[in-house]
Amino acid sequence: MALSSNALLSMYRKMLLLRRFEEKVSEVYRAGMIPGFVHTYIGQEAVAAGTCEHLTEIDRVTSTHRGHGHALAVGVSPRAVMAELWGRRTGCSRGRGGSMHLFSPEDGLLGATGIVGAGIPIAVGSAYAAKYLHEHRGDPLAITLCFFGDGASNTASFHEGLNLAAAFELPVVFICENNLYATEMAYSRASKNPDIAKRADGYGMPGMIADGMDIEEVYEKAGEAIERARGGGGPTLIECKTYRYHEHYEGQAVGSPYRSAEETASWKAKDPIERCAKRLRGSGISEQTLQEVEEEVDALVQDAVEYAEKSPWPQPEEASPSLVFSEPIC
Amino acid sequence: MREITYIQAIVEAQAEEMRRDDTVVIFGEGIGPRGGNFKQTEGLWAEFGEDRCKDTPISELGFTGLAVGAAMCGLRPIVDTLFWDFMFVAMDQIVNQAARNYYVSGGRLKVPIVIRGAIGAGQSAGPHHSNCVYSIFAHYPGLKVVVPSTPYDVKGLLKTAIRADDPVLLFEHKFLYLTRGPVPDEEYTIPLGVADIKREGSDVTLVALSKMVRLALEVADKLADEGISVEVVDPRSLVPLDKDTILNSVSKTHRLVILDEEFAFCGVGAEIAAVVAQEGLFYLDAPIRRVHSLPVPTPYSPPLEQYVLPDADKTIRAIQETLES
Repeated sequence: MALSSNALLSMYRKMLLLRRFEEKVSEVYRAGMIPGFVHTYIGQEAVAAGTCEHLTEIDRVTSTHRGHGHALAVGVSPRAVMAELWGRRTGCSRGRGGSMHLFSPEDGLLGATGIVGAGIPIAVGSAYAAKYLHEHRGDPLAITLCFFGDGASNTASFHEGLNLAAAFELPVVFICENNLYATEMAYSRASKNPDIAKRADGYGMPGMIADGMDIEEVYEKAGEAIERARGGGGPTLIECKTYRYHEHYEGQAVGSPYRSAEETASWKAKDPIERCAKRLRGSGISEQTLQEVEEEVDALVQDAVEYAEKSPWPQPEEASPSLVFSEPIC
Repeated sequence: MREITYIQAIVEAQAEEMRRDDTVVIFGEGIGPRGGNFKQTEGLWAEFGEDRCKDTPISELGFTGLAVGAAMCGLRPIVDTLFWDFMFVAMDQIVNQAARNYYVSGGRLKVPIVIRGAIGAGQSAGPHHSNCVYSIFAHYPGLKVVVPSTPYDVKGLLKTAIRADDPVLLFEHKFLYLTRGPVPDEEYTIPLGVADIKREGSDVTLVALSKMVRLALEVADKLADEGISVEVVDPRSLVPLDKDTILNSVSKTHRLVILDEEFAFCGVGAEIAAVVAQEGLFYLDAPIRRVHSLPVPTPYSPPLEQYVLPDADKTIRAIQETLES
């Protein structure tokens, strides 16, 4: 499936937005502007950008503690994400969630969670509702993308969620971002089988491995899985082999290094954004066009920072117990 | 008025709500063609079909989370947990996800989920099938908690729970399932947060929950013969809690005994006692007394099980202590 240069350029722009946004987050976090913890997506951009490119307005996504990339890829505005990280009331979760709990149902983001694996059963439920409403009310069938990492693959949620999705034949695509480490627990120490995708067979669903540093491969394989789901063919597990360039959380002191400099360098040599730029140049996209994209992205990120900086903090009434329920309690 | 069993009331509530709203669906083990271990979904699969009465594998964490996700995407799921003890496996989805998503999404994602199932001891079901766990869930912001004691109450409250846009957890004592009571033919609902005075009295307020309401009424009958007038207050809801009815009762009787099968320590009995001590201290002529199960895993052997549970003697003794003070 050859992608047109324009389609590839669009995904390039998206990856660059994710990269520049996260680099800026890292910078302002270290300057003390962001409280709490952030887990940056740098290095994994091709996974969010390549998969979410297939989504329509009605489709949905569940995300993780490392979810800024997912949020931006489904279309949550950089302003809304940045303001959320800065704890402002203009954030996508009104300052109540922060980095690990981004919500934007209007954009299809059903939520990110700080509990590893918790998004998996929720994504399965989203798919159940989609199938049900399609069959009972004739709604167009929404598909759900479920993002999680190698760490989540060993949770009970993964096991129960994937089994339910397959047994109930639900329109959900599971995207496992295997960046080789859950915090500093190497996947090779956590599991005997190096390929998470092989677990799919155990649940009776198709499993695929994708090079998570190659936007075109991610796009193609995600497309296949999403078409299968749209056509009523049920779930797929796609394992994207990828890598995060920064530490598990920004500013984490690494006592004894668990990743070698050589390993990190070897993954950076496969940088998805650089590879994509090379491909674009080769297909005739001008240097000027790429430059314009870069300027556009930088302006968006800068705008997001200024917006966050100027945004008001939440007021005390926004911590009122009356806001915990949608219907008032006496 | 006709009399039906508590279980029939549960079936009727679900059937009526499922007819009224086609987004109401049930997930659980054996709730499809089998109609539920306690017949709590009898006839529903035949009437509403496979995808509305969905049998699940034994995956409490998975199917509770599935229900949370479905609730966020347009359905109104009922999770039939069979035994509430099993829901500890699903704690993350109930407490971290369902309870919190409405607030953390800035009010944009509602979670209209109902979780209902059996609680309680007295039938040698043993330590993993006998817990009353509502105190734990009542503690967390974001969960409404209902503990109905009669067929009338369970039907009205379950209908309200299903229509509610927030997570509502319903705890049904398994001993109550076959008890009978009057239930109107006509449509009715009971709002959350409204207690019920099951028996009026003037000498002592006996707040009781679930199966303990029946014990409270037995005790009240017995003590009436001795000239002691017991007012039995059934909160029905724990979240929201009808404090006013409890406080009004204590302002009248000046004595409070709390009778609850849950454990004393950090249980809802402690919350009710704290509320009255804080907001009704000067109504009281005697210290508050609490009658609870002994803090022991529910033993299997019948005499041992009976020994740990509240009974008439323990309750009467507690009432007499408030009268002697």
